[in-house]
Amino acid sequence: MDVIHTDVLVIGGGLAGLRAALAAKKRGQKVIILSLVPPKRSHSAAAQGGMQASLGNTAKGAGDNEDVHFGDTVRGSDWGADQEVARMFVHTAPKAVRELAAWGVPWNRVERGPHDVIIDSQKVTLNEADAAHGLITARDFGGTKKWRTCYVSDGTGHAMLYAVSDQTIAAGIPVHERMEAVSLIHDGTRCYGAIVRNLTNGKLSAYVARATCIATGGFGRIYQATTNAVINEGIGAAIALETGVVPLANMEAVQFHPTAIFPAGILVTEGCRGDGGLLRDVDGHRFMPDYEPEKKELASRDVVARRMEAHIRAGKGARNRFGEHLWLDITLLGEAHINSKLREVKEICHHFLGIDPAKQWIPVRPAQHYSMGGIRTNAQGAAYGLSGLFACGEAACWDLHGFNRLGGNSVAETVVAGMIVGEAIADFCASPAGDMHVSTALVRDCLEKAEAEFTALSDGQGTEKAGQLLREMQAIMTEQVGIVRHGETLGAAVDALQKLVLRSRQIGLGGRRPGADPELTTAWRLQKMLKLALCVARGAEQRCESRGAHFRSDYPQRNDADWLKRTLAYWPDAAQPLPSLAYEELAIAGMELPPGWRGYGTRDAIEHPATAIRQAEIDAIRARLGEADRHAIQDALMPFRHLLPAHLRGNNARLDESA
Amino acid sequence: MIKLFRRTPASQAPRRLTFSILRHNPADPASRPQLQDFEIEEAEGMTLFIALNEIRATLDGSLQFDFVCRAGICGSCAMLVNGRPSLACRTLTRDLGTQITLAPLPFFELIGDLSVNTGKWMRGTSERLQTWIHNAAPVRLDALEERMAPELAEAIYELDRCIECGCCIAGCGTAQMREKFVGAVGLNKIARFHLDPRDTRSDADFYELIGDDDGVFGCMSLLGCHDVCPKQLPLQTQIAYLRRKMAIVGLS
Repeated sequence: MDVIHTDVLVIGGGLAGLRAALAAKKRGQKVIILSLVPPKRSHSAAAQGGMQASLGNTAKGAGDNEDVHFGDTVRGSDWGADQEVARMFVHTAPKAVRELAAWGVPWNRVERGPHDVIIDSQKVTLNEADAAHGLITARDFGGTKKWRTCYVSDGTGHAMLYAVSDQTIAAGIPVHERMEAVSLIHDGTRCYGAIVRNLTNGKLSAYVARATCIATGGFGRIYQATTNAVINEGIGAAIALETGVVPLANMEAVQFHPTAIFPAGILVTEGCRGDGGLLRDVDGHRFMPDYEPEKKELASRDVVARRMEAHIRAGKGARNRFGEHLWLDITLLGEAHINSKLREVKEICHHFLGIDPAKQWIPVRPAQHYSMGGIRTNAQGAAYGLSGLFACGEAACWDLHGFNRLGGNSVAETVVAGMIVGEAIADFCASPAGDMHVSTALVRDCLEKAEAEFTALSDGQGTEKAGQLLREMQAIMTEQVGIVRHGETLGAAVDALQKLVLRSRQIGLGGRRPGADPELTTAWRLQKMLKLALCVARGAEQRCESRGAHFRSDYPQRNDADWLKRTLAYWPDAAQPLPSLAYEELAIAGMELPPGWRGYGTRDAIEHPATAIRQAEIDAIRARLGEADRHAIQDALMPFRHLLPAHLRGNNARLDESA
Repeated sequence: MIKLFRRTPASQAPRRLTFSILRHNPADPASRPQLQDFEIEEAEGMTLFIALNEIRATLDGSLQFDFVCRAGICGSCAMLVNGRPSLACRTLTRDLGTQITLAPLPFFELIGDLSVNTGKWMRGTSERLQTWIHNAAPVRLDALEERMAPELAEAIYELDRCIECGCCIAGCGTAQMREKFVGAVGLNKIARFHLDPRDTRSDADFYELIGDDDGVFGCMSLLGCHDVCPKQLPLQTQIAYLRRKMAIVGLS
């Protein structure tokens, strides 16, 4: 039995996993990172437009602070977020940006004096203060009151990933590349690491760890039309689900990005619209102001994606040989701006569409983009159900994003959560709970069980092909569990997915091959992805309301009275055909910002009776504290700093605020 | 109306494409390197990512290759396309003839077929060249960030755009002869940190890393790297600049 021992096993070499690993390593823990691919090739690299942090350095960011960022994030989430977590996040985001600056991320900087920008299709001259010259600048993104998105041209994720990855190399943290965790070693109460498959030679081994952190990103590849990389198959979340005791939360909360190029599904950044780009229809008409007079193209992603699909259904889509789409027009931004601030967009348009976006419109249609749901954790990133198991980043449902995440908040979440969860992992390892007594029999059992799974697949004599089943699943998800959902089609999707599960037990491979056979890998992953798809579809079918990205045409209102709760999907018995769903309430009594209108989108929510009571309490607290310091008022409404590691609790300095 | 594609789509039947792919599975003792032909029908907007996945799905489930982002961002899929190092994901079949030869990048350890271990080599190069900001000052998380001239930040990003795809190494004459040559990818990284005022290393420190024939003095100025870089990094000027800087250190 091939066994490797470590203090901390981080599964996933993207930004969240790398940053968590660094935090644990700096506290003296022995850390190993597993990654499907070389870490610098992780999907974090594809984050283009930027990372939100309320530095408030620019003219259009003046007055920004944690309070404004918090309000935007909670409204963006359609009140699905955990508000304490949202507070921890907005408080730590400026620290994360500044840490990354010290680590070499070449953030774009404020240039003093006047400069021309495009706002709402008009040329406007902004004047940047002398005092701000050389500080980190920001651009506009959807669903925000201030220009808050810090950026490095449109290669922000790339620059961040390289800086953090280089820090892990400097810290001497080993990354075991081309390795896939295929199951967790656990006894039903504690996690002891993972069984790992080498994707080069197909061999299985056991990684025994005192703490295990899953940071494997999202599961966009269960959809046909997705901006996600091919490695975003959700296997990390699936192996947590398969423990039977760890729940996946809010799996039905799936984000669709408004501007994926059509039909390839490759992302072009929200920064296109943030910098002044417009959405146009078949007639060249700018249609978003008709639907969203307040925020227009810069409403939250769920709202814009929904309006786009509705506009196409109203017969206003342009058409090419692949189907219907709309246009993203950034020609008005000018060639100089595109060449410096949107150069990845320019390259993508050139290579995949053969167009120059400075001169031609970009064909776009919404595509799956982000998984708000994932492994349910507490505010420190500890997974529900298993001691010693943690999760962070997109793989987790920490729950910063609720039912819709704001653009620029996810790449920020990766590093912020990594900082916080990495400390919690180190705390755990240093505590009595971090001690471990693991039986070799348990490790061997887990290894043999995993081996049996692969052997059964490679011995299979069936006639089904994994690739075909995968494509059928992806089509079902995009067509029936997409942007606009309905109880009947969701029910049909659940049935169809269950049929695919049965067929997936009849797979026959094209042959037995030495090494890590890609066909066997696909067949094995398919089993996991089908479970995730069922969690999404079943969760969506059961949630009889519309909230954020989850829109039900048969229940078009947000229903706080009945549905202000988080879905928890468990799979306790491998033989059961569907996940078991449970729910946890989001208590209004503890909220700093009780449910209300988001400031965009429809305005017809069914109110919860506790909302008015909590609002009255908040009004009374604010009246009592009057002109008190904003931090003191916030602390009276909903204290959160005790949830953060001590070194992350300090106030953030701004040009007009001292630390 | 907007013209979507570079070439007018042919009005006739779609083309049949023949892919000659260099196959070898080092995990299989019986495997011998050989070219194998696969024929598929071209589709509108087909990239090599789409074509290779179709070949694997319909013709040979064992074919090995690497894609991640499939958007030209992550650097996973570099291979020789008709002999030239290229990112396969953003190579459109309509820009190629009907006979397409694919081979793995030379120089790197072969994993199988078109898959090579660039990750291991890049990590080793990072460790050797210490490609991170060297600065002993503690990071102040709560304070205003250090200021930087906007144009300097942009100049650093220009060099930071390298995606470690390995094309420059595959196109490098020196790398064919010197196994330990750091290549344009390594030299560009040094140029990037040299430019960055947050890195406190001196020219003499950098000389220790690249001041020999495995470093900047190994470059023969053939500059295949510059020609094949998919991110069009200014490799020619950066290598020339570094060579002057390092020569000054070496002569002083």
